[in-house]
Amino acid sequence: MKRFLAFVKKEFFHILRDRRTLLILFGLPFVQVLLFGFALSNEIKNANIAILDNDKSLHTQQITARLLSSGYFQVYQNLSSYKEIDQTFRKGVIKMVVVFPTQFSYDYEHGRTAQIQIIADASEQNTAISLTNYASAIIQSYTTSVAGSIAPMYIDVNTRMVFNPELKGAFVFVPGVMTLVLLLVSAMMTSVTIAREKEMGTMEVLFVSPLSQWQIILGKVIPYLALSFVNGCVILILGVFLLELPMNGNLLLLLLETLLFIFLALSIGVFISSLTDSQLVAMFASMVIMLLPTIFLSGFIFPIESMPKGLQVISNVIPAKYFIRIVKNIMIKGIGMKAVALDTLVLAAMALFFIGLSIRNLKTHLA
Amino acid sequence: MKAVITNKLTKKFGDFIATNAITFEVEEGEIFGFLGANGAGKTTAMRMLCGLLTPSSGEAQVAGFDVYTQTEKIKQNIGYMSQKFSLYEDLTIRENIKFYGGIYGLRLADINDKTAGILEKLQLQNVADALTASLPLGWKQKLAFSVAMLHQPKVVFLDEPTGGVDPITRRQFWEMIYEAASRGTTIFVTTHYMDEAEYCNRVSIMVDGKIQALDTPKGLKETYRVDSMDGVFQILARGTSTK
Amino acid sequence: MNAIIVDNISKAYGNIQAVSNVSFEVREGELFGLIGPDGAGKTTLFKMLVTLLFPDQGRAVVNRKDIVKDFLQLRTQVGYMPGKFSLYQDLTIEENLDFFATVFGTSIQENYDLIKDIYVQIEPFKTRRAGKLSGGMKQKLALCCALIHKPEVLFLDEPTTGVDAVSRKEFWDMLKSLKQRGLTILVSTPYMDEAGLCDRIALMQGGKILAVDTPQDITKLFQRPLFAVKAAETFRLIQDLRNASFTHSCYAFGEYLHLALEHEITSSDIETYLASHNHRQIDIKRVDPGIEDCFMDLISQTSVPAQS
Repeated sequence: MKRFLAFVKKEFFHILRDRRTLLILFGLPFVQVLLFGFALSNEIKNANIAILDNDKSLHTQQITARLLSSGYFQVYQNLSSYKEIDQTFRKGVIKMVVVFPTQFSYDYEHGRTAQIQIIADASEQNTAISLTNYASAIIQSYTTSVAGSIAPMYIDVNTRMVFNPELKGAFVFVPGVMTLVLLLVSAMMTSVTIAREKEMGTMEVLFVSPLSQWQIILGKVIPYLALSFVNGCVILILGVFLLELPMNGNLLLLLLETLLFIFLALSIGVFISSLTDSQLVAMFASMVIMLLPTIFLSGFIFPIESMPKGLQVISNVIPAKYFIRIVKNIMIKGIGMKAVALDTLVLAAMALFFIGLSIRNLKTHLA
Repeated sequence: MKAVITNKLTKKFGDFIATNAITFEVEEGEIFGFLGANGAGKTTAMRMLCGLLTPSSGEAQVAGFDVYTQTEKIKQNIGYMSQKFSLYEDLTIRENIKFYGGIYGLRLADINDKTAGILEKLQLQNVADALTASLPLGWKQKLAFSVAMLHQPKVVFLDEPTGGVDPITRRQFWEMIYEAASRGTTIFVTTHYMDEAEYCNRVSIMVDGKIQALDTPKGLKETYRVDSMDGVFQILARGTSTK
Repeated sequence: MNAIIVDNISKAYGNIQAVSNVSFEVREGELFGLIGPDGAGKTTLFKMLVTLLFPDQGRAVVNRKDIVKDFLQLRTQVGYMPGKFSLYQDLTIEENLDFFATVFGTSIQENYDLIKDIYVQIEPFKTRRAGKLSGGMKQKLALCCALIHKPEVLFLDEPTTGVDAVSRKEFWDMLKSLKQRGLTILVSTPYMDEAGLCDRIALMQGGKILAVDTPQDITKLFQRPLFAVKAAETFRLIQDLRNASFTHSCYAFGEYLHLALEHEITSSDIETYLASHNHRQIDIKRVDPGIEDCFMDLISQTSVPAQS
């Protein structure tokens, strides 16, 4: 055990002393998340909206005035019927429509929950999220500011996205970034550091020592497991608090799934390193068999549904696809255990597969 | 004309003075042994003379060209060969010769003539189209030297050319050096084999960035009253060993 | 008692026969040298003996352990210093040493006695990273790391290759004092002049062993009359001597040429011949053959084919 700890300690020294590794480890998630975050908060001033006021009451006028005075919105058009909504959106000028139903004031003043519908053009998902968030906040603030005078009142803001109802991309990017970073850190870094020991000749010296193969492999893996996990948490925190992404599901479940995925990524890393003796090849192999497919075939950037059939089939062997889906389901849809069980099973099976292969390739001798 | 002239040539890396005001001259057609302990500054000095590193101060000319302003001219007029990299292992012997002929701008007819000449001289005709990787080390080094001489450079820099080479091939290598020198090429060579130091016309010994001694092997042995160059080296270079 | 017994061992990489039918024995407490140029098969042989490679054929026993069957036990009993510097460049001297000590289940303090003489030379720099050390210091650190678990047998693969003559001498002094502590040491080197520092040596070329004996007795294998010859024009001297009918071989040896004769003639006979070829400042003396003479003679006799 002491041997093993000495090995883990040494591994941490390597990581902490290599600026490049540190940069990838801690810079990457920040840059990725902030990059998307920046795109999200951009471009939201005087967005064109349309109003469909079927109630035409004091309240609806006041709420409209509040929306406009916020500086985020300007009225492009006042609509008179539901039919016009679709047409107006199709012109591509407006980003959002606010709909007040006929009985809005009545419900509001009689202590019922009043409804407002906000419909946003989600083809630019990031803008859509922000606009609806702002609008909801302004509407909610109206209830609290008026609440002093009359009894408790409720407005239910009902948002609907058109053109891209599930908001693919926007909500997927955090799971996507997380997946990418975990893969990079876990698989690429492990395979590269094992290859480095072989390249430097230190692996020979380790082989001749009483350290077992498992101690060497686990000693390599554990520091990266810890770092990856910390990284995953950082991304989650940034996503939830900075970018206001929902965290609707069970946090514990999400963390456990994250661990499983890291484990899978590490087993792929160990597998790659068992195939090659060179850092360069390890790096290249990681890129080709993990990074690129993850970016293009996992649904991270391009929705799987819109891929050609052949690529859709291939996407089934991309571990990231399952993990992204799991994270999305837990975080955004808030569904639990049962809904992610199948995907979890697939990931676990993949992990076992690669561990098995690595064990088969494990050597206590050279060549 | 002198092949190499240096005057107080110095290279600093930060606070560290790798080469400290070295001054020497090498005659045309001379075999000049450039010795020193590991880390004494030989490689840095060689790199400056080859036009690969700009000196911090001092002057130097190689084949009549200035190391500050005429590095391109220098590169055309010198040959360089090191123990580590010289030839492409994944090219055949013939391809290697032709490649180097090409990058030095030799005419195609010349390249073909010289290729045939080298192959014949090294008796490699039968394996000319085998990968260079398949040659034993000693033969690779002989081939690398021939290739470095392809463009008839005025000065050839050899950085530990015979490390690990078997004793017979090592001597054959030195015979090639002698032959080149007898045709007027200046040879600038480093080695860790002290018997090879005896083969040089003159030898300089670098210690801690400075040239501590420069003379013929005979003169050095007389000065330090020992009977071999190894003895001279042991006396002079000892100071650096614990650095 | 033999610390190492190598019995007819062979190893090939694809078509290349790196080691073929090698047999020799190293006695306990002996400083044994494996002498030969690059590509002789020294490193492959070492890797088999320290259990990194399985032999294709033959067997070997190190410290009474079979290198194939008992490799796990053997690994704790040997110290191995590979030819390439194989320590962690980004760890300091002390961290490297501490790491290897812990891995072998010991500590620097426990075996300090064994490495003390070497370690004190680098101890002042113990917080310096290994990658920033000079060649000589790296070598000392590597030796310390190979010794830290008090091995019974020490394997040093070309520890002095590319190292300057002064550091080389120091290194051999260290080996001598380790030997006095009873350690068995197998060391390989391409430098023939280091052969004389070993108790016994094996000359190796092309994967085969040419001869095994003490350095003194090996030189007895060289039977031809041998002269050292010098004249003003060395290059022409070699050519002329090679063309002489009495010459068996002629090679440069430092400032002299070593001339091995086909049959016994006197130095004045040689001088007459050289004078007739207009050589000046002729100096001829009878010399005893060295290891290098012997090695070159053995290679040309057996004419081991260059591996290709």
